[in-house]
Amino acid sequence: MAWGRSRPVEGLRAYRLIAGMWIRSTLTYRASFALTVCGNLLLSGLDFVAILLMFAQVDALGGWTLPEVALLYGLSVTAFGIAQLAFGSVASLGGRVRDGSFDTLLVRPVPVLAQVAADRFALRRLGRGVQGSVVLGWALVAVDVDWGVVKVLLVPVTVVCGAVIFGSLFVAGGAFQFLAQDASEVQNAFTYGGTTLLQYPPTVFGRDLVRGVTFVLPLAFANWVPAAYLLGRPYPLGLPEGAAFAAPLVAVVCAAAAGAVWRAGLRSYRSTGS
Amino acid sequence: MAARPGLVAGVPGRGGGGFRRYATYRVATAAGVFTNTVFGLILVYTYLALWEARPGLGGYDQAQAVTYVWLAQALFAMLAVQGGGFEVELMERVRTGEIAVDLYRPVDPQLWWLANDMGRAVFQLLGRGVVPFLFGALFFPTALPGEPAVWAAFGVSLLLALLVSFAIRYLFALSVFWLLDGQGVGQALMVTGVFCSGMTLPLNAFPGALGDVVRVLPWAAQLQVPADVLMGETAVSGAFAFQAAWAVALLALGRLVQSAATRRVVVQGG
Amino acid sequence: MADAFIELVDVEKVFEVRRKTGFLRRERRSVRAVDSLSFTVARGEMVGYIGPNGAGKSTTIKMLTGILTPSGGRLRVAGIDPSRERTRLAHRMGVVLGQRTTLWWDLPLIDSYRLMHRMYRIPDARYRENLDRLVELLGLADLLDVPVRQLSLGQRMRGDIAAALLHDPEVLYLDEPTIGLDVMSKARVREFLRQLNAERATTVLLTTHDLQDIEQLCSRVMVIDRGRLVYDGALAGLHEVGESERTLVVDLERELPPIEAPAPARVVRVEGPRQWLAFPASESAAGLVARIAAEYPLVDLSVREPDIEAVIARMLDTPADTPDSPPDPAGHTVR
Repeated sequence: MAWGRSRPVEGLRAYRLIAGMWIRSTLTYRASFALTVCGNLLLSGLDFVAILLMFAQVDALGGWTLPEVALLYGLSVTAFGIAQLAFGSVASLGGRVRDGSFDTLLVRPVPVLAQVAADRFALRRLGRGVQGSVVLGWALVAVDVDWGVVKVLLVPVTVVCGAVIFGSLFVAGGAFQFLAQDASEVQNAFTYGGTTLLQYPPTVFGRDLVRGVTFVLPLAFANWVPAAYLLGRPYPLGLPEGAAFAAPLVAVVCAAAAGAVWRAGLRSYRSTGS
Repeated sequence: MAARPGLVAGVPGRGGGGFRRYATYRVATAAGVFTNTVFGLILVYTYLALWEARPGLGGYDQAQAVTYVWLAQALFAMLAVQGGGFEVELMERVRTGEIAVDLYRPVDPQLWWLANDMGRAVFQLLGRGVVPFLFGALFFPTALPGEPAVWAAFGVSLLLALLVSFAIRYLFALSVFWLLDGQGVGQALMVTGVFCSGMTLPLNAFPGALGDVVRVLPWAAQLQVPADVLMGETAVSGAFAFQAAWAVALLALGRLVQSAATRRVVVQGG
Repeated sequence: MADAFIELVDVEKVFEVRRKTGFLRRERRSVRAVDSLSFTVARGEMVGYIGPNGAGKSTTIKMLTGILTPSGGRLRVAGIDPSRERTRLAHRMGVVLGQRTTLWWDLPLIDSYRLMHRMYRIPDARYRENLDRLVELLGLADLLDVPVRQLSLGQRMRGDIAAALLHDPEVLYLDEPTIGLDVMSKARVREFLRQLNAERATTVLLTTHDLQDIEQLCSRVMVIDRGRLVYDGALAGLHEVGESERTLVVDLERELPPIEAPAPARVVRVEGPRQWLAFPASESAAGLVARIAAEYPLVDLSVREPDIEAVIARMLDTPADTPDSPPDPAGHTVR
């Protein structure tokens, strides 16, 4: 990179600049902004209301109690909320490609991924992360865990790694839209589907599905495995003891894979023009 | 759980009308089918766990709960449970003021939009509903009736459900005449639609007084009643009466609001 | 060539297109959007790049700016391969896409410029100097605090041009810079581009549908059709090759039989007291006008410039449109 600055640093700087512009754009319509923040909070809260309704009828779901499920929910939604805030806009890449405005991003001297991720940066998405962390906070108090240093540290590490894993999904899904501009909904199956899946205990799901989200799309490391460690429950699929601490490694692998997919997608766009 | 963005974004470039318009979005439709199936899969497992812990919840056995999940996924797009039907366009036209042009058309706006939405619904039932439903019926134990008469009754119930769904969305969309902002209205539509229709949990599994309330609201006519008709959980005549009553009441209310909105436009001069 | 700022040698771009041929069958087909395109542009030149829709104009611009990677051939801008070093080149070029603003819709114009300032890392002093100059030349002083969505098309275009020039690019690509603008805005944009080119020696490549853009700005025109360069030379030569005609619209006092004009001018249409005469674009209208004014009861008249599409269409229909005809002695090549 020119001027001896690394691409990630350049990317972050550009992201900050562009996101800042969008925030100011949004704030020109203050009332609408306030309304949509509330709407977002409500909408993402519905998931948890459904869980509460279920627990109004039963004491345990798949053998997990309400605080335990709330812990899963909190970890999943908080991580997802962060990823969606940072990378959610990549999901609308297809529209930019379709209407041709993607080209204008390619003539700027900053990384395209940063521009796409910061595009239409929506502060209202804070709602989901906030709602998730409120549930997480309650769950951490309510669960019956013997907290030690390791377990306390594991919570923020898990949230960050989960955010990276979900962020990778957003980026890879966005790259897929270079090939199929109308297929943004496929991405929803993995991102929104993923965070929904992780809100319930692994014991609920079929073994093949659990295998899939552990080894193929390693979502399990965003909360199932670390939560099982915190709660002293058996790991899904009888994973080895250290699996709860593998999340950072999994997150790095996911990010690298997403980066590769992104570059391949961008390359194909630039050779086909879509 | 069931609320997800992209349903609107997945259907690019609105404008024009009905079935044919939606039928061109082949890739978007395939993507939607895939997503509906994945969500169905996730929900099926959670419902199975719920009904295992509490057999007979809401009068359903496990097979019925599974059927409900796949039915919900199949009808999700058709009934525009979280919005994404004609009302997106209508709200935009109100917001931009283009609606004034529509008022000079020699057709009744409510009927015009209804026809438009029917076309969309038929396409989304066939294009997005059938595959997830067949997938569910193939890989999970379901409780589907064999008698053609029940399926016929289900068909009628579905038509009534669509009328209610349309009427609800028409009212929401008309509110933009006064609120001037479609975004908040769209979100309200989404929240109420997803929750009160029983997309997250069948309404008959809602506990206590909350359950008593949601089961008589118009949203119950969208998904819960057709599902119960199909699975023989309710008397057909009573179900039809419930749906028809809401349809008539809401469509009539829609006409009232429509004429108030028209007066408003005329007074403001467009 | 040593002074070649933009250099293309046998550049081609092939797209794979999938076409539906049956209910489920699709056919793959290669489309050559650009075919063995070779030209050079010297530093400081101002070149018009024209051709019918779909001829390969925007594909060329996209390759020059690094948006698209050529399928073959050699392409250099300022010695840089655009597709390989896209971000590096971005600091040295400005791009204005007529139909597509890069300005922030809901924010005041000045905010977009501040973003450019930081995104391109323009030194403060130079940014202020450039901004002042551009604001003055493009008449933006009263618009800086206006949200972009409230600007007229012409104002927005001027705003976009300024945004593309804040970082002192060596080359400016303009795609239809005057499309949809009113006469005043067009004149202002053209005057500005002329000055920019003259005073700062910025290389300018512009695509347009407006022949007046070319007439008033470009000493050199390149015409592309079906991916191939079919003409490269002066505008006057284009008129010769294209045998293009201007139209004299004459309003007489009353309905009269067609005017007997000296050849090659001739009446092409009569409608009541109004008559249309076609005459070669390369000839002056003065003689014709004088003659008609002397012999007929004239009320009003106007001259219509030939439409660029018509010129090109006529040119492409001429037998000269064979791939390997020798260079024309007048200095422009007709292939």
